[in-house]
Amino acid sequence: MTDLPTPTHPAPVDSTGSRGSRILGAIAAGLVAATCFYAFVVTGPDSQLGETVRILYLHVPSVITAYLLVAIAAGASAFHLWKRNEFSDLLAASATEIGMVFLGVTLVTGMLWGRPTWGVYWVWDARLTTTALLFLMLVGYAVVRSLPAEPRSRATRSAVLSLVSLALVPVVSRSVEWWNSLHQGQTVLGTSDAKLDGAQLFGLFLGMVSGPVIAAWLLMHRFRVAWLAERAEELGLDAAIAARRLEAGGDAAGATS
Amino acid sequence: MSALREVLAAAALVAGKDLRIEARSRVATNHVLPFVAVVVMLFAFALDTEATTLRRAAGGLFWVTVVFAAVLVVQRGAQLEQQDGAGEALRLSGLRPAGVFLGKGAALFVELMVVEVVLAVAMVVLYDLRLGGVVLLVVTAVVATAAIAAAGAIYGPLVAGLSGRETVLPLLLLPVLAPVLLAASRAFEVALGRGVGSGWPWVGMLGMLCGIYVVLGALTSGPLLDET
Repeated sequence: MTDLPTPTHPAPVDSTGSRGSRILGAIAAGLVAATCFYAFVVTGPDSQLGETVRILYLHVPSVITAYLLVAIAAGASAFHLWKRNEFSDLLAASATEIGMVFLGVTLVTGMLWGRPTWGVYWVWDARLTTTALLFLMLVGYAVVRSLPAEPRSRATRSAVLSLVSLALVPVVSRSVEWWNSLHQGQTVLGTSDAKLDGAQLFGLFLGMVSGPVIAAWLLMHRFRVAWLAERAEELGLDAAIAARRLEAGGDAAGATS
Repeated sequence: MSALREVLAAAALVAGKDLRIEARSRVATNHVLPFVAVVVMLFAFALDTEATTLRRAAGGLFWVTVVFAAVLVVQRGAQLEQQDGAGEALRLSGLRPAGVFLGKGAALFVELMVVEVVLAVAMVVLYDLRLGGVVLLVVTAVVATAAIAAAGAIYGPLVAGLSGRETVLPLLLLPVLAPVLLAASRAFEVALGRGVGSGWPWVGMLGMLCGIYVVLGALTSGPLLDET
């Protein structure tokens, strides 16, 4: 009987952390602490929005970060359709998943802001509604990723879904103008006469920096988890093939003896 | 032959094939049209048999019904490509993928227009609907249906072959069709004398959505045809 190759197992991995990710995590934690300090200690209630202005320190950064992640996912998806490499597929999947979390935070904080401002948690305002639709599209993406399929086929389907999600983002951002929305208009970036004072603006910009930094940190870890999951899947396949070969070898030996 | 001609020739071939299959199998007439009739009846039970309420909501009800019918029609198209290796044959045919996408979209467009004509007649009769602004109605219907068909032609092949595609397709397709539903409903309300302002900006939005879906569908049809 010929010697059959046994599958080689790489060294077990007990962490997705690295020196770079730990430094990034520490920076993100510092930025979050600084944002909280500005949101709750340095700045007071707004003359028009009252105490609810504090929700904006989380709401605005989370929506910007979510859009950024959707854009990253779409870029990676477009690249995947062009080059077909595993890196871009896993990057797109990881960015979409984290973007979905940030978009969920956006919706929840938006509703919490809407209750004291509009008197209800939800209005069928265009921006809220289309943000919810974008969230549902990302949920659809996650569902497709979770279905059993051949990896290459799953990656292609996911990439197309991601590109369609990005196509909806301009509709979301311009929806206030198109649908004569009730939503709070552009307060910070859209006009030259910003309605927030200096400390409030600084706190908000701190939040807008910390959001993407947290997202980058999460993305790094999520990508590594996805990468390891793929390797584990391959390992399982290799082991199954080796087991079948061993069985076949054993059968052949039994037949000849 | 130029690339555009090849694409259009492929589109005509695929559209003809899909429409011939539908004409012979009569799934659209035997399943989708009765479904549409049932939904029209159900709306009356759910809302009010008073014609005023139904007339007020007619634009939205019309497009909700069309969107549900579209899910069925797209589902049917995806199922067809899974039978007897039809999808594999299409892949090996050498037809330009963009042409296949446009052909599938064109077939969906024709099928949905038939559904809409029957639905409109049913609503006029059962809801005592008086049609006004016919030009706006027709243009809205054509552009919105083109947008729905284009989105359906992307998502049909995308879910083909997936386990649980019957439940995944509505989850993926309905959020994409929601902006179309909104714009088409508002334009219909204006045309039927129930809405305020002009209906044409809504048609412009529908045209933009249609353009986005057609461009995306044409660009992604190659990888989707290869991999699904």
